[in-house]
Amino acid sequence: MSTVPYGLRAKRRRAAPRAKRAKQALRTLGFLSPWLIGLTVFFLYPLLSTVYFSFMKYDGFTAPTWVGLKNWAYVLQDNPFFWPALRNTLWLMVVMVSLRVVFGLGVGLLITKIKTGAGFFRTLFFLPFLAPPVAATMSFVFLLNPGTGPVNTLLDTIGIEGPQWFNDPSWSKPSLTILALWCVGDLMVIFMAALLDVPKEQYEAADLDGANAWHRFRYVTLPNISPIVLFSVVCGVIATMQYYTEPLVAAKVASGVIGGSGQQFEPGYPEKSTLTVPQVIYNLGFQRFDTGAACVVALVLFVLAMAFTALLMRRRSGFLSAED
Amino acid sequence: MPKNRKITAAAAVASISLLASACVGSSDNGANDDPDAKTTLTFWHGWTAPSEVKAIAENVKAFEKAHPNIKVKVVKGLTDDKINQALRAGGSNAPDVVSSFTTDNVGRFCSSNAFADLKPFLDKAKIDPAKTFLPQMAKYTEHNGKRCAVPLLGDAYGLYYNKDAFEEAGITEPPKTLSEFDKVVKKLTKTKGDGFERLGFMPSYLGYETTVEHYGSQFGVQYLDGAGKSNTAKDPAVKAMLKWQKNLVDDLGGAAKLNKFRTSLGDEWGPKHPFHTGQVAMQLDGEWRGKMAADADLDFEIGAAPFPVPDDQVADYGKGYLSGTILGIANTSAKKNAAWELVKYLSTDTDAVVSFANAIHNVPSTQEAIKSPKLNNDPVYRTFVDIAQHPGSSHAPSSVNGGAFLLTLQDYALKYEKGTEKDMDALLGNNDQQVDKDNEQAG
Repeated sequence: MSTVPYGLRAKRRRAAPRAKRAKQALRTLGFLSPWLIGLTVFFLYPLLSTVYFSFMKYDGFTAPTWVGLKNWAYVLQDNPFFWPALRNTLWLMVVMVSLRVVFGLGVGLLITKIKTGAGFFRTLFFLPFLAPPVAATMSFVFLLNPGTGPVNTLLDTIGIEGPQWFNDPSWSKPSLTILALWCVGDLMVIFMAALLDVPKEQYEAADLDGANAWHRFRYVTLPNISPIVLFSVVCGVIATMQYYTEPLVAAKVASGVIGGSGQQFEPGYPEKSTLTVPQVIYNLGFQRFDTGAACVVALVLFVLAMAFTALLMRRRSGFLSAED
Repeated sequence: MPKNRKITAAAAVASISLLASACVGSSDNGANDDPDAKTTLTFWHGWTAPSEVKAIAENVKAFEKAHPNIKVKVVKGLTDDKINQALRAGGSNAPDVVSSFTTDNVGRFCSSNAFADLKPFLDKAKIDPAKTFLPQMAKYTEHNGKRCAVPLLGDAYGLYYNKDAFEEAGITEPPKTLSEFDKVVKKLTKTKGDGFERLGFMPSYLGYETTVEHYGSQFGVQYLDGAGKSNTAKDPAVKAMLKWQKNLVDDLGGAAKLNKFRTSLGDEWGPKHPFHTGQVAMQLDGEWRGKMAADADLDFEIGAAPFPVPDDQVADYGKGYLSGTILGIANTSAKKNAAWELVKYLSTDTDAVVSFANAIHNVPSTQEAIKSPKLNNDPVYRTFVDIAQHPGSSHAPSSVNGGAFLLTLQDYALKYEKGTEKDMDALLGNNDQQVDKDNEQAG
């Protein structure tokens, strides 16, 4: 018969699960470690150093020095690019993202409905998405060239004076939107998959209830695909916040300053109308050697991305009705 | 899914943050390597045309022959953005010797220590930049007395004109003053519908090479005052320049009409350049245009002259805007002494400079090379050699913020050209404020 005192036995009983728990925790950590290392190296460290450098004067060549809120004041008050870029980004987020979602859904609906040639049209609408952004943008600047472009030539023949497209500050963003709509293949495929997933019985039930096409779309299709719509909007918003290549290439080609003689180029042609926030980050950080101010803009972008995503997620209860 | 989206959003933005903040590098300024030891240098340049690439490669080969211990790895077609990044990152693949076409960036390269200080090397080699290089070229390769670059050939800007169009319009010689020039422009211009069959000259700031900076030299613009503050509101030359340009734009039908015509024109660096096609009869451009025009096999004869000056500066006729290629040593290089040997050879060896100038049709940057009997004798080219030597020729001042102050002024000038801003004093006052704020941030 054991003579181990009661207290010690109880302690051992408690110690055994604790050791087991620690082992389990270690195992869990081991499994999580690739993600944790990735998160630390690629997210937490850059984020913290971005915050750190936003308070420093740092050109990448000499040691950073503390400047307090100077970079923040410069970006928010004095930088000539920041506010126009933010306004443009917001414009694109509202107009371009909305139109892309509507257009992508429309094309998806159309292609799921047609009986013959669906494969051909699916390929036709998807192919532009595979075009490299630089080539696609250059082609659009050529197509929409006010002087020699085929679009304005065509408009001319029917007596309409075409706009200046990428050369007019009020038309440059709509021109970029047209380009984005042309490349809507990604959304079309996603929406097609979602549309084909809607249970047919629901349409049959709606038909029995006498629903017309609009009712079927509003009360059957939309609730079923709403998670995909939300996904598209969130992805679109994030992509728009990182929108860089197309506006930069369009501005460079349309302005005629494509480099060669050391001539410098100010982004955003015409009149800062194609300037986006990532262009400002690049301009400050990599062209003006002002890493501190670039970090401020990057942080503002980060906060905005988080805020927009949170806002959209908060609205999900009313939106993700299919999951309700 | 929502959590994943948030993480994706955060990760996406963090990537931008990472890019914006990913900067390491060395500020080591020492030159401790043995220039006689066997080594390999990396030389980055921006030339891309086959003839230019071949010419620089031949010069490098000649250098390697003269310095058998040094091999040079040449990397072509590098833009300033890539150069900036490599200079900051350093490392074994970063360049030791760098050339850039952006002379406006010298202030930024010098003040940030991206380029090593060349004074100790020049002193050791007993090279006096003021006596070795053309004075203006020696000036634009330093910033606030710090010499971090040397000129590697130069560019002089002047007026190209279509001799056949001149003859057809009864014009016997190129204009010397801007009032004469305006008359010639109108004489040469032929309208067609709401556009042009031929434009005498494209004065818009959006035109090829017709920038504020290039016009500014003709007017003697003083962009910055003695204290380095923006001076445009106080400088009558800036106002005279903006007024002259605006009047000419309006006389030709306005900014919108010119811009529409501009968008129909061929590429600046291609054979369909509007001066080559005859769509524009006169062109403000650098000496390279002569070779490009010859290569394009034009069906008309071309002439070249200095760009006209304001009527009250006719005594200074012959001057022009100067620019060029700069050559520097990366501050991150561990082979600065060997790198200096390459820089010295390319920038000061008379035969190397002359042969390179002849091959790529640029203006030589050294006093000796410009006097060389081996230098190209083509009269069109020689016009630009003369402009380069004119004491009134100039380049914009160096600034800690590179050429940002010129882009800001160009931005405001464009508003004046379009007529969206009419009050010139207010416009230039705003320009000065903005430039000073930007310079303060960069300084």
